[in-house]
Amino acid sequence: MLERCEELTRDTSLPSVRAWKERTGGVAIGFLPIYVPRELLHAQGVLPVGLMGGGEIEIIRGDAYYQSYICHLPRSTVELGLNGSLDCLDGMIFPAICDVIRNLSGMWQMMFPAKLVHYLDVPQDFDRSMGGRFYRHELGVLSQKLVEAGARPLDPDALRASIRTYNVHHGLVAELYELRRREPWRVPTAELYVMLRAGLVLPVEEHNGMLGEYLEAVRADESRRPMDQARVLLTGSFCEQPPLGLIKTLERAGCYIVDDDFVQVSRWFRHALPEDGDPVEALVEAFLDDAIPGPTRYVDEGEKGRDLIERVERAGAEGVLFCAPSFCDPALLDQPMGTAAATRAGIPWTAFKYSEDTGQFQVIREQAGTFADSIKLWSEVTTP
Amino acid sequence: MSPQSAPAVPVSKDRSQERQKQMIVDHFERLATAEHRGEKCVYTFVPGNLTELLLSFDVAPVLPEINALQSGMRGLSRDYIAAAEKEGHSEDVCTYVKCDIGMLRSGNVGPTGKRLPDPDLLLLSYTGCFTFLKWFELLREEYDCPVTMLHVPYQADGRITDEMRRYVVNQLRKKVVPALERITGKAYDEDRLRELLARSARAEDDLVAVLESARNRPSPIDAYFGGVYYIGPIFTAFRGTQEAVDYYRELREEVDQRLRAGRGPIIPDGELEEERYRLVVEGPPNWTSFRQFWKMFTDEGAVVVASTYTKVGGVYDDGFRHDPDRPLESLAEYCLGCYTNLSLPARVNKLAGYVREYSADGFLINSVKSCNSFSAGQLMILREVENRTGRPGGFIESDLVDPRYFSGANIRNRLESYFQMIEQKRGQGAAR
Ligand code: SF4
Ligand code: SF4
Repeated sequence: MLERCEELTRDTSLPSVRAWKERTGGVAIGFLPIYVPRELLHAQGVLPVGLMGGGEIEIIRGDAYYQSYICHLPRSTVELGLNGSLDCLDGMIFPAICDVIRNLSGMWQMMFPAKLVHYLDVPQDFDRSMGGRFYRHELGVLSQKLVEAGARPLDPDALRASIRTYNVHHGLVAELYELRRREPWRVPTAELYVMLRAGLVLPVEEHNGMLGEYLEAVRADESRRPMDQARVLLTGSFCEQPPLGLIKTLERAGCYIVDDDFVQVSRWFRHALPEDGDPVEALVEAFLDDAIPGPTRYVDEGEKGRDLIERVERAGAEGVLFCAPSFCDPALLDQPMGTAAATRAGIPWTAFKYSEDTGQFQVIREQAGTFADSIKLWSEVTTP
Repeated sequence: MSPQSAPAVPVSKDRSQERQKQMIVDHFERLATAEHRGEKCVYTFVPGNLTELLLSFDVAPVLPEINALQSGMRGLSRDYIAAAEKEGHSEDVCTYVKCDIGMLRSGNVGPTGKRLPDPDLLLLSYTGCFTFLKWFELLREEYDCPVTMLHVPYQADGRITDEMRRYVVNQLRKKVVPALERITGKAYDEDRLRELLARSARAEDDLVAVLESARNRPSPIDAYFGGVYYIGPIFTAFRGTQEAVDYYRELREEVDQRLRAGRGPIIPDGELEEERYRLVVEGPPNWTSFRQFWKMFTDEGAVVVASTYTKVGGVYDDGFRHDPDRPLESLAEYCLGCYTNLSLPARVNKLAGYVREYSADGFLINSVKSCNSFSAGQLMILREVENRTGRPGGFIESDLVDPRYFSGANIRNRLESYFQMIEQKRGQGAAR
């Protein structure tokens, strides 16, 4: 199963989506990080397909679209669009998270005029009567555009059913994270990561089954034993993803990653959504009140970085890895506030950047290794 | 992103330039004494600024982007940026932000050598750029004052919908106005706001007439390097004031005179004698070597006849005006309509339209490292505009206020080859 997940993560030509389309004749819509209301797409019979860049694919045409000082994800996404990998998608949704993805939505309109291209504007005002109203309207527009792309109209009962299905998904992902938090040796992050990535391209029902199976298997696997590793929280990697090799490198360098920002769409809400009542309202309210904090969401009150410290505490992490893509504005502008909060709280941290196609991990390996060693040394000194 | 307000004034000055310079000096003087006089100050951004609303509460706006570009012009930005990077701000991000943080660390001294007041309110009008959001989160850490966010949705499909307008108006009514009432202790006075908006519209009419004068041959203005002077007052603290009305009236009269006399634009060394190339420019200028940059154009006889940068603080040449009969609605439309809040296809349309309407020989993109809002997608814009207009596009790279990213020799070479390309095209046209 893990091999399949890794293959689904690597194979940017979306074989599982192609197979699904052949099987069902349904509509498949791609979306960029971080969050789209997958429940709504699912309720209209659409397969939501999460795209997180091109990984290590060779960039032939994408570079001609971007200056050197722009992150890597948009160029690989353009590459995938132009090389036909995304042909099986009937459209794309670009969520409002940064200027690069925002502008990419306009480029996509020009490059693929025959397909649905939707910029999902999400409110930065979290009052029900302002941002809430706006977002509800946005969801209506999205739903209508899906219909125009061939999806069935939105039916409240179907949406409630989809919310139930995604609640199961949410619960399983939460279980996976909780198990890793408690017993990180049972759930190596490289495995957790490919499990989540596979969920971006598979129907949720199938993925739910896989998550259940995986959880059962690792719980029963007595060969997985604790090692003397440092518990770290990894933050900053919510959009362009580090190569799998980098995640493995960090683990090999002595880190147990006990919380992270990967594939946040599966954990966007802290709690399961209400399964009765007005289902669109459930999506709206969860967005306003229950979404996880992050650099792309305005923090209107309280101390900036507080959420990071709380996460560190909840995860029982001993240190923080600030691990952001090069040239990622939201992550890198946010970082000084996170590092300051960590410093204030006396939490050790280290920072490095990557690109999705980084091939050399030696420097990061040494940095992470030294960091993990210093944490272990520190805990030996401070723990009686 | 934001416009220039008072760079070193060109040698040959018109009366309007003297007037503008004085306006800016007076404004910074006002800011320097604001705390002492008990005047409230609001930090806010140029795109989507709510100047008339602030002035209706007698609140003085402070614009961090203007401070950053002023620091760039005065040769201070290098050290400010270095100070911010030393504190852990990434070398990859917008240099306006780092310049502002560095300036804060160095005592927040404004361009007239006096300290700027601390904000009584951070008004985060969030139009056209995500960095603003992070910028004010960073500033929030520094000041003990309230913050109000105005979220302006993006015109992704190239138009303003009723819902977008309603969302912005709702926020103005329910958040921004009450926040201003709280810090000033004054009640919202819509009649006063209407008066200010009526004056804005008059100034906007004159500004558009000035910018559109560049359709003539020779153009009496440079709509990029010169344009940043022209937009200064209206993009900053003066929209809605009588001073702005007077300034734009005077400017328009001067430009009309130049036009009637068949004279070219004022440039750093005097007046452009011969207009050899007419260009449309996309992207902001570089501030650290502003004069040198401008001179690279004037040395070749190149005049910028239209630019998008002069639309970041408001697009008026499509007919939009602030409207006293719809005060909050028109403020909302203003915010929604700023250039960097337009979709890429809309930007391509605008540029291609400028090339045609201003009879340009070509268009040039100055891509600045700082600004993803402007820069991400510009290479595609380049190709699209070339395809649509058949005119050659040029591409140069620099930065706003980080001198490390301004390579004079490199840019000059690129410009020279670009002008040659235009010549070649002309030759081909003549041969046909
Ligand atoms: S990596 Fe960062 S800057 Fe690049 S598209 Fe993603 S969020 Fe935007
Ligand atoms: S990214 Fe661009 S628009 Fe945003 S603050 Fe920086 S220069 Fe201004």
